[in-house]
Amino acid sequence: MPRSRNTQVVPTPRRDDPELRLKRGTSIREPLNRGPVLYSQKGMGSAENKAASAANKTDKGFVYLPLIAGWLVPGAGHFLLRKWGRGTLLAISIIALYALGLAMDGKLYSGAQDILELLGLVGDLGNGLMYFVGRMMSLGGDPIQFTTAEYGTKFIEFAGLLNVIAAIDAHNLRTGRKAS
Amino acid sequence: MIRPSHFTALLLVAVFASTVFGITMRDTPKRMLRYGLYCFTLFVGSAIVLSWVMYFIAR
Repeated sequence: MPRSRNTQVVPTPRRDDPELRLKRGTSIREPLNRGPVLYSQKGMGSAENKAASAANKTDKGFVYLPLIAGWLVPGAGHFLLRKWGRGTLLAISIIALYALGLAMDGKLYSGAQDILELLGLVGDLGNGLMYFVGRMMSLGGDPIQFTTAEYGTKFIEFAGLLNVIAAIDAHNLRTGRKAS
Repeated sequence: MIRPSHFTALLLVAVFASTVFGITMRDTPKRMLRYGLYCFTLFVGSAIVLSWVMYFIAR
């Protein structure tokens, strides 16, 4: 078969090509004798960070207090650690989301009949004391009659999940896993 | 009882969620602000893009 004019012939690399030459004693197929670096950040293993972490760990007091306080009251975990600005912003965001959800006639789950309701209940429980106060005061709509009530239900669940994230952040600050 | 539109509800969620994500996922205030703005842009931008995609699928 005649070769077309546009066909280019790629030359095969020669064995003595310096770009292909490996260092003596190494092989392409030979894996590096190191474990994979899953997570790394600049300055993570520095002496300052290790010293700060060690200092935090030796602090007296209950380590899980910011976690529990942050779950019960949004932002309280950060307040305990004297992170006033962050705590205030977190509290405003989470409480506003919860209050808007209730104002939209969102539903506060009381029990779980199926898996979806169970997930909703777990999300609601993330709100801590706000959930229990809402349940005691019989807040929230039931059953859902408007589209906005569905939005409200999701707002309440989302507020609970964000509150859990905030509480875990406070715990990480307390244990020194997060630098500042 | 308040009844916001779907897009208003999206904007409210995006603002508050971005605030929490920015504070909890980054260390310094400058990086928190940048990450919060990034999350907000992704929330709103992806919603707009997906809504246009669904609009053309439905036609």
